[in-house]
Amino acid sequence: MKELLETIARALVDCPEDVYVNEVEGEKSVILELKVSKDDMGKVIGKQGRIAKAIRTVMKAAAVKENKRVSVEILQ
Amino acid sequence: MADYVEKESKSVEVAIEEALNEMNIDKEDADIEILDEGSKGLFGLIGGRNALVRVYKKVDYEEIIKSFLYPVFDMLGIDGDIDITAENNTLNVKLSAENIGIIIGRRGETLDALQYLLGLAVNKRSDKFMRVTLDVCNYREKREETLIRLAKKLADKVERTKKNITLEPMNPYERRIIHATLQDYGHVETYSIGDEPNRKVVIRYKREYRKA
Repeated sequence: MKELLETIARALVDCPEDVYVNEVEGEKSVILELKVSKDDMGKVIGKQGRIAKAIRTVMKAAAVKENKRVSVEILQ
Repeated sequence: MADYVEKESKSVEVAIEEALNEMNIDKEDADIEILDEGSKGLFGLIGGRNALVRVYKKVDYEEIIKSFLYPVFDMLGIDGDIDITAENNTLNVKLSAENIGIIIGRRGETLDALQYLLGLAVNKRSDKFMRVTLDVCNYREKREETLIRLAKKLADKVERTKKNITLEPMNPYERRIIHATLQDYGHVETYSIGDEPNRKVVIRYKREYRKA
């Protein structure tokens, strides 16, 4: 799960080396905290959160496979 | 990131040559766009115009697409093939896999999200915009056929009963198919109500009849 979010985020940003994901795993849910370089924030959020929404949709599909709920948080 | 060089010269060939030299790449690794063919003018004297070309370093789209999609496949536990065809400024990515439901998602929302992200990833590295479409086992094609059939069926019903019918929520692309299908179909007209992501198409009986 963590790796997938990292791959997606790295494909979108200008500084892939600054992409960092922290995974907090609960019993039924996973929280993924995504950190990117300051200049890349827009690239993972998008206009009106469009990109963030698409990322969450894809991650949700992956979570179904693992029978978990996933929430993706983008940290500043 | 400016990934191209523009050159102006007497002829297209010379301009391309100069651009390639400056970028230090071979013709095979370049995408060439001719902005102006130039013209010799009258007797090569009056009104002559230089040729203008723009040369891009070819981006390996296939590599970008595959390195994006394979990890997604892995995570979703899908074993599938990726087939990429390019035409003009469009890259058509077709997936064939079993267990495709998970990659399509509810009303195709996962597929749309993947298509959107893939488009961003592909266009990140280049100034030239490429449209990216993503389909899995002809889902979109079949969905389009289904929607067209549904639209016509419901339009016939509206015409018979003269009562409005509201369809289930659809994304903009699917609503467009309905609107387009019914544009010149029978005595009905269509419009959309509600907010995304619950925007729906309404089919209404057209009261006054316009002669064609």
